Amino acid sequence: MTSLQHIGLKNKLVVTPWLFLLPGLLFFAFYVLYPIVQSFNISFYKWDGMGVPEYVGMKNYEKLISDRAFEISLWNNLKWLVLYLLAIPGGLAVALFLNQTVAGIRLYKSLFFFPFVISQVIVGLVFTWFYDPRFGLLNHLLTLIGLEPISVLGDPSTVTYGIIIAGLWPQTAYCMILYLTGLNALDPEQVEAARIDGAKGFRMLWYVILPQLRPATFIAFVVTIIGALRSFDLISIMTRGGPFGQSRVLSYYMYEKALSEYGFKMGYGAAIAVVLFLIMLVFIVGFLVSIYRQEREFG
Amino acid sequence: MFPTPIQHRGRGTQISYKIMLPVLCIGWLLPLISVAVFSIKPGADFTVGNYWGVPGSFELMENYGRVFLASDMPRYLLNSLLVTVPTVIGAVALSCMTGFALGVYKFKGNLLIFFMFIAGNFVPFQILLVPVRDLSFDMGLYNTKTGLVLFHIAFQTGFCTFFMRNFIRTLPRELIEAARVEGVAEWRIFWFIVIPLVKPAIAALSVLIFTFIWNDYFWAIVLTQGVEHAPVTAGITSFNGQYRAAYNMMSAGSIVAALPPVLMFFMMQRHFIAGLTLGAVK
Repeated sequence: MTSLQHIGLKNKLVVTPWLFLLPGLLFFAFYVLYPIVQSFNISFYKWDGMGVPEYVGMKNYEKLISDRAFEISLWNNLKWLVLYLLAIPGGLAVALFLNQTVAGIRLYKSLFFFPFVISQVIVGLVFTWFYDPRFGLLNHLLTLIGLEPISVLGDPSTVTYGIIIAGLWPQTAYCMILYLTGLNALDPEQVEAARIDGAKGFRMLWYVILPQLRPATFIAFVVTIIGALRSFDLISIMTRGGPFGQSRVLSYYMYEKALSEYGFKMGYGAAIAVVLFLIMLVFIVGFLVSIYRQEREFG
Repeated sequence: MFPTPIQHRGRGTQISYKIMLPVLCIGWLLPLISVAVFSIKPGADFTVGNYWGVPGSFELMENYGRVFLASDMPRYLLNSLLVTVPTVIGAVALSCMTGFALGVYKFKGNLLIFFMFIAGNFVPFQILLVPVRDLSFDMGLYNTKTGLVLFHIAFQTGFCTFFMRNFIRTLPRELIEAARVEGVAEWRIFWFIVIPLVKPAIAALSVLIFTFIWNDYFWAIVLTQGVEHAPVTAGITSFNGQYRAAYNMMSAGSIVAALPPVLMFFMMQRHFIAGLTLGAVK
């Protein structure tokens, strides 16, 4: 190769990737990156979405601190975050139960995975009817065994837990499929060696199996944490944040402030969104650091 | 294999396992089964309070017939399809290119751009809500399928790029190097070498994005309204408003609305799971 050709090839290798990146990058910058910056900006204004925005500095954020509804939303976000993680051990348990080779097991795996494929809107409707005090199956079963019927979604003290359980249903299915794939790829030699050494049951799971399932666990954590903080559909469908705003989370409260019948408070909504964004950013940075380490390790 | 294969256990364990499987499965799907049962009951059952007794009659054809012939449901389904399919094509096409750029070339900023795509994929929707709605208004794309499609393509490009780039990284590099030495143009390497090799990834990604977009609710209610353009996830609430208290109809409607991704999943199961669990094993 002559040096001229060499330079030509080098140039090509410098320009080409950018040409391939350009369309995707433009779309992404226009619809994702720029709006993030814009939201930060709007959060310093009072704006109804139509007229001229009025600059108010930190006012929106100051108002958040004494906003009771914001506080409730934040607490509910925390409940979601902690309880949603139950999907991980839950999914592992279901995966361990289903990781057998008997007739029809493939169909059973599909059926257990089923809730994840359905839209959360439908999951929300299904569980609203399931919980219904008048005709819901839950209360029908409770009365059959002689218990009092309960109104899960009508009671401010149980409503959030009721919605989280509905959310855990598809999320557990998701974690299950991650673990089933992980279990499929276990190193049989390690497992057999451990068995010969007398390892079994829970100790085997903890010391031999789980370390090998670490990639699956990592992804399960990422998708579950993001899913918990993104919870919106179920709340919107099942309770619209009620009763008395007790089932709101930040994502829903933001939507309510920015776009609902209570008026268009874009600036205040943007401030709530910024808070939610910053909370998520902590986790996103954590994930990126982990991915970066993996990149380093495996080049 | 872990846990110990059931075949190596005693007869009692084997039998109880085979009994527990269907029992737990029915328990797991109970909320869904109850909706399916509702959907074939006659409306009269609900007015007289016969919720869980034997159905007064079986109205499968009648209820589902009304969903398809006497409601806006077919229109909503069509809207969903017209939003979902172009999004899948657009997002997959863009990410084949970005994934190729990030997976094959070494250049300054490669990892930074890659991380930006991943991070963008994780941001809360609400941080985009006000500006994206505003942009859509300004471009005259509010309450149009095009507006929804363009946004979905852009947002899904984050996840799709992550997926494609990681898949392309697993391809044998020698193939590309050899082509370069032969003097094959870069775009031909992309089109004639890489694209045929990433077909499984394209299949997996298409099924996944189809499901994600079909099931999207947030952007559907933020960027559209009314029967003209709203996808089925947004339309189902107006459908339910139309059939207030007619739980047989609402149940049938929900099942119809949920069906397309379910069918997609059962037809393309292998691709779907391969896509969803990419990275779950090393």
